[in-house]
Amino acid sequence: MRGLLWKRIWAMVLRHTYLLRSSWPRVLELAYWPTFQLLLWGFITTFFLQHSSWLAQAAGALISAVLLWDVLFRSNLGLSLTFVEEIWARNLGQLFISPLRPTEMIAALMIISFVRTIISVTPAAFLALPFFDVWVFDLGIALVAFFFNLMVMGWAVGLVVSGLILRFGLGAESLCWLAIFLIAPITGIYYPVKVLPDWLEPFAWILPSTYIFEGMRAVLFNKIFNWNLFFGAVGFNLVYLFIGIGIFLRMFHLARVQGKLLQQGE
Amino acid sequence: MASKQQPQALNNGINQIIDAMPINGPPVVIEVRSLTKKYNGILAVNCISFTVQRGSITALVGGNGAGKTTTLSMLLGLLLPSEGEINILGADMLTKRHLVLPRMNFSSPYVGMPARLTVGENLTVYANLYGLDNVKDRVTSVAKDLQILDTLKIQLGNLSSGQKTRVSLAKALINEPELLILDEPTASLDPESADWARGHLESYQQRTGATLLLASHNMGEVERLCHKVLMMKEGTIVDEGSPQRLIANYDRKNLEEVFLDIARDRTHSRDFVP
Repeated sequence: MRGLLWKRIWAMVLRHTYLLRSSWPRVLELAYWPTFQLLLWGFITTFFLQHSSWLAQAAGALISAVLLWDVLFRSNLGLSLTFVEEIWARNLGQLFISPLRPTEMIAALMIISFVRTIISVTPAAFLALPFFDVWVFDLGIALVAFFFNLMVMGWAVGLVVSGLILRFGLGAESLCWLAIFLIAPITGIYYPVKVLPDWLEPFAWILPSTYIFEGMRAVLFNKIFNWNLFFGAVGFNLVYLFIGIGIFLRMFHLARVQGKLLQQGE
Repeated sequence: MASKQQPQALNNGINQIIDAMPINGPPVVIEVRSLTKKYNGILAVNCISFTVQRGSITALVGGNGAGKTTTLSMLLGLLLPSEGEINILGADMLTKRHLVLPRMNFSSPYVGMPARLTVGENLTVYANLYGLDNVKDRVTSVAKDLQILDTLKIQLGNLSSGQKTRVSLAKALINEPELLILDEPTASLDPESADWARGHLESYQQRTGATLLLASHNMGEVERLCHKVLMMKEGTIVDEGSPQRLIANYDRKNLEEVFLDIARDRTHSRDFVP
């Protein structure tokens, strides 16, 4: 009996080992989060060790950064998870034998992502006032510019992730969370880009979000809306959105070649 | 509900006409030429050609792995062929599928719909995807036809297999398709529910003159419903004709025996020339 018990436990271990072995994103995810935490909090620590009086100059810089980061995170998640929901429901086949076009699907995903993001961040934005005395709407019209730029970047990343899930199956679903956090340590959410090692800074400046978080600090610390940073974000966002749509459509085409619209699973 | 005798009699008449039809005779709804699909070096469908006439019910029949679902997927545009042409309702499916998709639909117990949405919500979504007017009326009407009115407010995931099949059929009929493609429409149904589903499909076809193409393992179902059978094996069409003609050609009592003959390479039809 005891032998059988261990055999059954071993069978379940084996079942999930097979699953891990067949899916590189799952293996990658195991190593990813500790590395991510180390880098992000390492840079935060480095910055505050050197600039301990920094926060006193602009109350709410960290709280505003958290809220704006959540716009980016939720926008990406709102798009990619909505797409994954269709795979979980095994509904992709039904959808694409209807007259729905892939480009219409993309438009719908963006709209749903927008709605989900608004639902996600609005309560937090209002709660920041009674809890921390931070009113993020003090950013004024700049907040609208920051919000929409981060939304668009989230869509671009979400489209790439959705395309990869279509290509590699649900084994890659963790990319919904993982992909956007890949940029978190280098995009200057909680600290200026200049805190990064020199060799890493150029990578930060090809991310639209870097321009937004630097722009946010310009408003909070210097009371100016930096148009150069704004146009930098818009320019890179257009490029990334174009790339995101292109990758999604290409992966959709490959899914039709490989018959994956009807065969999505773990 | 249509009686069981009447469709059989109707089938026999249409079968005689179809068997005598010249290839370029009456309007063709589906025209497939030299269709081939290779996956990872495996030839799933090997250069098949066939036509489906308007107003007919045609079955794709064959064992597991014969290429039926691959063929249906290519007809629906979910899968791109490696070679060959597909023309449906006058349009090239490889380049103009969006012109004909609003006029066709599909049902399969193996393709899901969102389980957390209610039946009514699911049907409303699909009615909108097909661009229908008066969505609410249409949903109510099709739910009434399929006898699922009382489930409209229930989550799909909470229904029995039989009820889910009815919902799947309701979704497939929501746009009153001219061409209805079905993958094993009565699989997982008990005999009574399966009989009801066949009766409903027959009456829909007779009422609207729609064309039906179905893949099935149920030879009794194929004999009852279909005017024409395409027998597939290892990715090719090895025989075709009306059920009665195939049974006669193989000198058998029913289509199941014909199926077994073909599956086991026991005998060959007297007059099929691939």
